[in-house]
Amino acid sequence: MIHYIIRRFLYAFPLLMGVNILTFVLFFIVNSPDDMARMQLGQKHVTEQSVTNWKQQHGYDVPLLWNADAQGEQKITQTIFYQKSVGLFLFRFGVSDSGRNIGADIQERMWPSLALALPTLCVGLVVDISFALIMVLFRSSYLEQAGIVLCVILMSISSLFYIIGGQFFIAKLLRLVPISGYDDGWAAVKFLILPVLIGVFSGIGSGVRWYRTLFLEEVEKDYVRTARAKGLTETQTLFRHVLRNALIPILTGVVVILPLLFMGSLIMESFFSIPGLGSYTIDAINSQDFAIVRAMVFLGSVLYVIGLLLTDISYTLVDPRVRLS
Amino acid sequence: MVVLWTDALIFILIAALLVLAFYLRGKEHIKRPLQKIARSKVGMASLVVLLFFVLIGLLDSVHFKPVSTKSNEIISFLDYWATPLREHGEKTYSAPFATTLYSKEIMALADGTTEWGYPRLEFGGNYLNNPETQHLADVLQKTAYGFIQGAGLAGLLLLCYLGVRHKAQGTRQDLVLSTSLKSVLAVVFIIVSFSYTLIYLSTYYHVLGTDKVGEDVFYQAVKSIRTGLVLGTLTTLIMLPMAIVFGILAGFFRGWIDDVIQYIYTTLNSIPGVLLIAASILMVQVYMANHEQDFTSVIVRADMRLLFLCLILGVTNWTGLCRLLRAETLKLREMEYVQAAHALGVKQNIILLRHILPNVMHIVLISVVLDFSSLVLAEAVLSYINIGVDPTTYSWGNMINSARLEMAREPIVWWSLSAAFVFMFALVLAANLFADTVQDAFDPRRSAE
Repeated sequence: MIHYIIRRFLYAFPLLMGVNILTFVLFFIVNSPDDMARMQLGQKHVTEQSVTNWKQQHGYDVPLLWNADAQGEQKITQTIFYQKSVGLFLFRFGVSDSGRNIGADIQERMWPSLALALPTLCVGLVVDISFALIMVLFRSSYLEQAGIVLCVILMSISSLFYIIGGQFFIAKLLRLVPISGYDDGWAAVKFLILPVLIGVFSGIGSGVRWYRTLFLEEVEKDYVRTARAKGLTETQTLFRHVLRNALIPILTGVVVILPLLFMGSLIMESFFSIPGLGSYTIDAINSQDFAIVRAMVFLGSVLYVIGLLLTDISYTLVDPRVRLS
Repeated sequence: MVVLWTDALIFILIAALLVLAFYLRGKEHIKRPLQKIARSKVGMASLVVLLFFVLIGLLDSVHFKPVSTKSNEIISFLDYWATPLREHGEKTYSAPFATTLYSKEIMALADGTTEWGYPRLEFGGNYLNNPETQHLADVLQKTAYGFIQGAGLAGLLLLCYLGVRHKAQGTRQDLVLSTSLKSVLAVVFIIVSFSYTLIYLSTYYHVLGTDKVGEDVFYQAVKSIRTGLVLGTLTTLIMLPMAIVFGILAGFFRGWIDDVIQYIYTTLNSIPGVLLIAASILMVQVYMANHEQDFTSVIVRADMRLLFLCLILGVTNWTGLCRLLRAETLKLREMEYVQAAHALGVKQNIILLRHILPNVMHIVLISVVLDFSSLVLAEAVLSYINIGVDPTTYSWGNMINSARLEMAREPIVWWSLSAAFVFMFALVLAANLFADTVQDAFDPRRSAE
């Protein structure tokens, strides 16, 4: 087991390397630091001097990959690649273009993101699975037909409309919860109810459909027929046999996104002005802060790779048929 | 005649589809699922709706420079046709079918005094002498006229069709229509009469109101159709070659090729999609800002950005299909007929083309139709984060984005949002329903039932 985990862990390294090189190419080679400086300082009437100053302030005034002017090992360390990209591996995110410490920002903003994303995921799972089970229980009836149609309709509505509609009706017309905002500690709950509700609701369409196909696939299997032949009722087979076996793909599907919950949801957070990592990213995109976007890309892929690793491990834990090799 | 980049690609796509259809004509294994689609009521009805949208999109994809105007603007057939809508702007917000602006202003009266009230619109219902009393009656009358004309037109079309059909069938006197044909005819009737009514009304009123700068919302929503379609189709056009080639190669040759391809798609997959798109779009923005001289006209610039967005979405989206194709090819290459081809000494590339490729096509088709609706939905979200299409492009995302702030107004301006909602919902719902039908027809696991 330990062996396996270590090997998987080592496999993650080239992946992150790839991500790192990709972002490096995207951010520094496709457009030179000069272009970025001009973009930041405003397109027109930028003097050479101010570009140079900007680059010096933000540490972009060294060569990209190889510093021929420097001595010894500084030939490598005094480069943009070493200073800006390699540091990411040690979670040294550096300083944003507006001068803030990205690492500290991330640590502070990760928790509101999690506070929104985790309940959304849990409630969503419970709701989706229960609806899917009900639909499978009443399969080939009008109830299921209606359910499928409803799912397609819910799926066809953009999540933006759920958010705008929810904010308008629940927060503005009925005044049940505040429209947007955030608070520390338990006071945050009243700000989180609406986004969680909307998040769950907007996921119902696709979620229920997905779990329904999972259950339907399972229902066709031989062991279910045997269970029915033994004389178990439909509900008993569904909850004792089908649900348990279908939990394996469900669980592994959930595990892969668990780490990504820290990243938060971009639109949710910006609509409800929750100070999480999602809104942090959006602000960075809007103010064209390349350092933050780069850091978030890397952080996101690290979390995804961790998710993959956890999936592999959880597979071996829940499904005894899977052998490590 | 001006051919923008996306126009050219759209026409290439249509040509490719026609060639493909010609090639597949009469092939038995394709015919059966197609017949299954043709028998499905919901599938055919949604196909008609989709084709209607495509028709509008195509009309909007033929661009030219009008001879009469001296300005450097490029317009499409649709613009030309909707010139009255385009040019009859108002000052600011006005509600659907309104005759006055939505907010009170100080108006200068003829006798030199000023009054605080709702100014009349320059275009909407400007022929009415006394809007308070005539307005409702006029709207109802115009709607009825429009609907009667539209329904008459639609009925005439259907009668023509039935007549031709009757002629063609000759001796076989059955005028009994299959249920799917009935639903198609019903949808055609509804679409033709309804859109005719809307077009008729829009020559008198702003049917869906006007937005902040006084532009007709109906026109905006119709123009957005093209953007949605372009994103949904061109992205797949860009991602298909990558996904098919890499997926099949990885599954067929295994070994180091498989490792490399798997590495590439896991790497791309591990970057959160939105962030990769954001990073790329930021880079495109920087590039465009630094090469301003290449993008002379606003529409060319917006078009380039749309194309880039398709490209980026294509690059981020191909991994899912690639993985599916790889798994399927792994399965197929162990099949007996492929083994037999090997044993008979058929060359590897021939096996790939003849035996593997046609047998994974159903997966490709299903994923294309499934992706379409999610891409249309994604556009709205991306435009909201400002990493979608150019702000000057008409798109539902941009409409929602600008309408968001209007919800906070008192009294609220609801029509922009509703228009975007209705149009988008119609397109995505039709696409989803059609995707379901296609999946039912082509997926061997589902069609067994």
